[in-house]
Amino acid sequence: MTYLITQSLNGLFSAALLFLIASGLTLAFGVMKIVNIAHGSFYMLGVYVAYTVVLRTGSLIAGALVAVVVVGVVGFVMQRVFLRRFGAEPLPQMMMTMGFALLFRDLALMIWGGDPFTLQYPAGLRASVEAGDVVFPSYRLFVIAVAALVAAALWLVNEKTLIGARLRATVDDPEMASAIGINVARLSGVVFAAGAALAAFGGVMGGPILGGYAGIDFDLLPLAFVVVIVGGMGSLKGALVGSIVVGMIDNFGKALVPELSYFTLFAPMILVLALKPTGLYGKG
Amino acid sequence: MAKGSRRASALRTDWRAGVLGALAIVLVVGPLVLDSYWIGLLTQIVILAILAMSLDILLGYTGLPSLGHAAFFGVAAYAVAVLSTTYRADFWTSVLAGVAMGTASAAAFGLIVAHVRDVYFLMITLALGMVLWGLSYRWIPVTGGDNGISGIPTLEAHAGLPVAGPLAFYYVTLLVCAGCAALMRTLVRSPFGLTLRGIRENEARMRSLGFNTWLHCYLSFVIAGAFASVAGVMWAYYNGFVSPTYLDLTASSELFLMVTLGGPATLVGPLLGAGAIVLLKNVMSAYTARWLLILGIVYIVAILAAPQGIWNLGGRRSAGPERT
Repeated sequence: MTYLITQSLNGLFSAALLFLIASGLTLAFGVMKIVNIAHGSFYMLGVYVAYTVVLRTGSLIAGALVAVVVVGVVGFVMQRVFLRRFGAEPLPQMMMTMGFALLFRDLALMIWGGDPFTLQYPAGLRASVEAGDVVFPSYRLFVIAVAALVAAALWLVNEKTLIGARLRATVDDPEMASAIGINVARLSGVVFAAGAALAAFGGVMGGPILGGYAGIDFDLLPLAFVVVIVGGMGSLKGALVGSIVVGMIDNFGKALVPELSYFTLFAPMILVLALKPTGLYGKG
Repeated sequence: MAKGSRRASALRTDWRAGVLGALAIVLVVGPLVLDSYWIGLLTQIVILAILAMSLDILLGYTGLPSLGHAAFFGVAAYAVAVLSTTYRADFWTSVLAGVAMGTASAAAFGLIVAHVRDVYFLMITLALGMVLWGLSYRWIPVTGGDNGISGIPTLEAHAGLPVAGPLAFYYVTLLVCAGCAALMRTLVRSPFGLTLRGIRENEARMRSLGFNTWLHCYLSFVIAGAFASVAGVMWAYYNGFVSPTYLDLTASSELFLMVTLGGPATLVGPLLGAGAIVLLKNVMSAYTARWLLILGIVYIVAILAAPQGIWNLGGRRSAGPERT
């Protein structure tokens, strides 16, 4: 029982990180039909930028703020200058993001070197929480709580604000949305930048545990894609449910059959694709 | 095509014929005068050309952008590696099992993806490819994990050929490549291939004409997987070593770059693309350690400058799959 609870909490922690990454990916997909190979790179850049800031200032919060702003700007520029040229053509867009993914990987290697590192735990979150037999690191609980807050905030923005209404309209039908006066191009830039910033934030949150190393970008990317595929491309709710499903399965898979850990992700994906090809909450 | 451009069109045909002739001469006669380093590069180009052409069947002719195509190449290479080292299987068993296993995994994956299209296809094949990569990386007892498998015998020794050495292997590879290319050319010009192009252009219309579009897409996926497996088998013998890097996302997207850079739906284009990437990679990495940076820039510049690919340059109507 203790084992089950600990592993479930670990699964929720993975789910929290996955949600931070996948929510931006799925929104960018919903608005621009873009398959962003560089999305894992935003996560990686987030950790690296935060690392530099934390080394200088010693504050993880400052690191998170700077990382979110810097990577958000990088995402915005990437979308406005390069990706928007290929409005509705997914293949050139995908190739473009692939080019950027390689570029970012090598730049990170050039600037920060190839040594792996982890970020410091924030003060006050280094200990563990004990409840009966269950001992669980408090930082992981903190990340789960933060991701839940982000999910709630995204839901509020999406459902209760004008920007959210525009966003939903654009996901449903970009042409119709622009016909009724929504500036789809600008919205695309904002959504892409927000997604990049969210991934960077995920990087900072995961930093004390997963750390940063060359290759973390492509390690996390397939997980994020599986989340988006399972949950339904373009759906925020799908990203939430998908990340919990994938986080749990990945975690229990790693614990029970370590050799097949990637393979265990396969099962939910096939199941979902067989029953509902557009994902749990995707639109046909 | 307008009448006034007929002359220009003839010139372009000449340009292509000239390039084809030069290519044929380099590929057939080149190795006789080149040293072993360049023979090695030519061998790589010819093997990867098979792989890139096989992706072209999917991407160029059927309009199904697969981002996990290197997986079948990898499965076949691993099958040869495991059989020829761990199980000491003979040559034909290894080769046939390699092709069969690559094709079988394509047949299994095809069942999942043959009804999806466009961007969804891209994303799902990416995830499936990464699953196989993960398997090769983590299933250490069989695949050796990150260390891969080494000690694959050379093809000449394994098959018991009377000749040996890189030159002999190169010509075997060239023969295999020519055979595959001829088969693929026949395929894309057959009624089946024309149906694939029809599906690429307008699937709804093809379906209403009575074609079973699911089956066509599925077969196209399996056939492409089979040719990719042939390339994987050749690669295992060429390299004598397999590792997870041949299955990963970078490999699949490099392959994608070969096809889009060379020109989709041409079969010759992917050969050019494979040549360009292999040469660039080896020449550049001799001068700089920043190869990834340069490759990244090549992606971006190629897409901006020649989105239809080299072989489609010069105003020929787009043959690419992304036209709507």
